[in-house]
Amino acid sequence: MTTPPPEELAIGSGDDVVRVRQLVRTAAGHAGMSLVDQTKLITAASELARNTFVYGGGGAVRVEHVVNARGRAGVRIAFSDRGPGIPDVDQALTEGWTSGGGLGLGLSGARRLVDEFELETEVGKGTTVTVTKWTR
Amino acid sequence: MERVPILKIGDVLLVSIQIDLQDQSVLSLQEDLADKIVKTGARGVIIDITAVEIVDSFIGRMFATIASMSRLMDAETVVVGMRPAVAITLVELGLSLGGVRTALDLEKGMRLLGAALPDTGAGRR
Repeated sequence: MTTPPPEELAIGSGDDVVRVRQLVRTAAGHAGMSLVDQTKLITAASELARNTFVYGGGGAVRVEHVVNARGRAGVRIAFSDRGPGIPDVDQALTEGWTSGGGLGLGLSGARRLVDEFELETEVGKGTTVTVTKWTR
Repeated sequence: MERVPILKIGDVLLVSIQIDLQDQSVLSLQEDLADKIVKTGARGVIIDITAVEIVDSFIGRMFATIASMSRLMDAETVVVGMRPAVAITLVELGLSLGGVRTALDLEKGMRLLGAALPDTGAGRR
């Protein structure tokens, strides 16, 4: 089985958020994830893509297939924007905290739905959130 | 942007979501449904999500909003057909949808609303 190359997509509209879901669905299916894990990863991607669009002012997503040291397959997704950045990361990761009109579940919820979660942000420069989910 | 159609069966409005919902479609559906409840005097709303593969916090919040909104207009809402993987994911996401009534399928949802099921049996009239 050949590993598909990484795919990138710009996020600049609500339709793009839907496209990100479809891209992640294809990748998760290709990696051989269970239906529940696929659903979790797509849901996390949907939350993060919306953040990129709404709070980051748009950006891009990169979806790639990865293999860990034990040979286990996974999908890694990186969302990046050149938006305002997050001044207080701990606060942003707190469940229920929101800077907009949302429920405050986006970041904290997405983090629970994946295996690895990494957030890099700089005020005035932008934010990159990278998540990984491994097959079981 | 695609709009979700709203069907009327007796006293019940039926919304069967067959598309991958973007946020704008979600907001339009809430408004369309409010209009339709007032126009038709419907007593119940059924949201069928049998075909929905993911429910994120935005879509989940729509269920709660529609339920509260329709209650204010004297209509009950039932969400039917949630897939097991969607239910597991919603709980892990932190969205338990406490105020939203659910049923496993359309038939049970109609029964929950006390709505008459369409009579498909021949020879009964």
